[in-house]
Amino acid sequence: MDYLDRLEAEAIHILREVAGQFERPALLFSGGKDSIALTRLAEKAFRPGKFPFPLVHIDTGHNFEEIIRYRDDLAARLGEKLIVRKVEDTIRARGLREPGGKYPSRNPLQTYTLLDVIEEFEFDACIGGARRDEEKARAKERIFSVRDDFGQWDPKRQRPELWNIYNGRIQKGENVRVFPISNWTELDVWNYIQREKIELPEIYFSHERQCVVLPSGQLLGLSEHLNLDDTDEIVQRRVRFRTVGDSTCTAAVESDAASIDDIIQDLLLAKVSERGATRLDDNLSETGMEDRKRNGYF
Amino acid sequence: MDILRFITCGSVDDGKSTLIGRLLYDSDSVSLDVLATLEKKRTATNSTDVDLALLTDGLKAEREQGITIDVAHKYFTTPRRKFIITDAPGHVQYTRNMVTGASNADLAIVLVDARQGVIEQTRRHTLLASLLGIRHFVLAVNKLDLVGYDEAVFQKIVADYQAIAGQLKLAHVQAIPLSALHGDNIVRRSKHITWYAGPSLLEHLESVPVATDANPHEPRFQVQYVIRPQTEELPDYRGYAGRIQSGTYRAGDKVRIWPSGLETVLEAIEVNQQAVPTAEAPLGVVLRLRDDIDISRGDTIVPIAAHPAVVRELEATLCWMDERPLRAGRKLLVQHHAAVVKAAVTTILQKTNIETFESVGTDEAKLNDIVRVRLKTASPLVADEYRQNRDTGAFILVDEQTGATLAAGLIAATDPEYFTQEVAAEPAFSI
Repeated sequence: MDYLDRLEAEAIHILREVAGQFERPALLFSGGKDSIALTRLAEKAFRPGKFPFPLVHIDTGHNFEEIIRYRDDLAARLGEKLIVRKVEDTIRARGLREPGGKYPSRNPLQTYTLLDVIEEFEFDACIGGARRDEEKARAKERIFSVRDDFGQWDPKRQRPELWNIYNGRIQKGENVRVFPISNWTELDVWNYIQREKIELPEIYFSHERQCVVLPSGQLLGLSEHLNLDDTDEIVQRRVRFRTVGDSTCTAAVESDAASIDDIIQDLLLAKVSERGATRLDDNLSETGMEDRKRNGYF
Repeated sequence: MDILRFITCGSVDDGKSTLIGRLLYDSDSVSLDVLATLEKKRTATNSTDVDLALLTDGLKAEREQGITIDVAHKYFTTPRRKFIITDAPGHVQYTRNMVTGASNADLAIVLVDARQGVIEQTRRHTLLASLLGIRHFVLAVNKLDLVGYDEAVFQKIVADYQAIAGQLKLAHVQAIPLSALHGDNIVRRSKHITWYAGPSLLEHLESVPVATDANPHEPRFQVQYVIRPQTEELPDYRGYAGRIQSGTYRAGDKVRIWPSGLETVLEAIEVNQQAVPTAEAPLGVVLRLRDDIDISRGDTIVPIAAHPAVVRELEATLCWMDERPLRAGRKLLVQHHAAVVKAAVTTILQKTNIETFESVGTDEAKLNDIVRVRLKTASPLVADEYRQNRDTGAFILVDEQTGATLAAGLIAATDPEYFTQEVAAEPAFSI
């Protein structure tokens, strides 16, 4: 059995545990590759039946339009229920302040909308596409992660998660976040997308785009939501997006990768250059940094 | 390519973080931006080497903030294998984290500081890992550079550890002399340790057979979810979705449903809506049966030749994980994968002294205690002994009110004939 088969089997098992243990689960769909992979896994877990949960999208209003189009097409193709709730409405209803600055991000405000939608539909479990390799705190989170009334994660009070036995028993007001692809890495997800021939939104692939050059050197796609001034440098570049979030805080990378194969090569190349750098007496050389920029790795 | 899950155990001072850091670093598993950060820190502190322990500094931050040290997961891949590292802290107060980490591991790396040799912790970690059914052990004798790469030091530690391995009847132990700080025998063979001809740590991790490759167990499948589309095209479709826990299933086989005991025929096995003739663990499948029988989540479907124990009383080894001690008579829930039944702990038979491995009488189980208990369940449980089947022999105990996970449970005996007669008559674990 190939390692992708094992990861897939684990994810399907987790999704079915959600279906078996909860009354009102939901799948949080961002339009990113991880949540797209989740929908494929859900098809494998529940077809020929319907998904035992709706897709829920928290729309920041700053999304890439390609993503919104993809989302609607996907939901229609799957024949599954899609619930969309807008951050804009939350801002109005709760009297929140719009984020300011040159690159106003509504990312932090998504939490409010999420908590509201959980309350509105009384969701007891929310499935998400987060992975443990993404960052250090995530490396410690459980696959079934219990949240309190306020959606908070308390790392001190995590339940031990033994074997592949997932304990989703909760008290009133609590809910559980479930991460079926916790044990996948970024490369695993891309390899899976390639194997399963999953179509992705265009913005994951190389395309010409007008971008703003940030002080850090990163490129931000030009959009009406940015508050630019004369000092900003606008350039036309061949770019792709490595992750897909709010357009005001998701940087593009320069890349000619036009297919999934190319993207996987990009990821692998970044490793080769790493190898080159680390082989020099275990000291880092300047070329490491050069290669990094050349390969468009962040 | 397959997956090896391993756990690293050793106290903070044994150089565990450095070992993991070195493994990731020398196998080119650290991304460039992380390397750049390390380099920046190296320059800032004016040191000659990057601090590899920073690669696992999630733990460091935890300590600084004083929050409970917890299990962390790290991932890396070589051309041979994908590796999942469970980094479990080893202090005695974190026994439950160690047990949690070991529950999913195929291999345990037990780290020993060459200057200190085998200590209490070494014994404790090895006991817990072996209790949880880990079959492959690596005795990693670290910091050999600090004892002048002396072979005698290494051999003394190996001899001491062999005593433990013998006592616990460990099947496979590979002892490796190394220095995580300098990278000796981590990924590359050491230039300094000329007297050792064995594999480097990574070479060993890449070649050790993964337990799940062999699948000698009886077939077991538990229903997780019933698929019933009830559409115009599929008005009567009924599929039992679940995971093959062990063994192989064949379409056309006669099967029995437990605990009801009803018999029918396995009409089809479906994977991703395609019928397949056979399927084996750990694949997720949909089983379709010839007869319309009342089957629900938690029921077990096995070929009629297979004979799981179907019991309402059993003995189990528990690792108690709750602050509030367990006393006989306590009612709680047994979660045996998809099956959840009410149960009571009728007797606490004995407790394992995790330093001496001896069994002693006790009437309660405190946090982190390893005890053998007798359990009664309100409805039948389809069970196997843990030493026979690491999947169906495992369960957790859950507090009915709070939902908290109270204990890890390993089924020790399902047949009253083998129940523990007297306190302290035999070890509390049986591997």
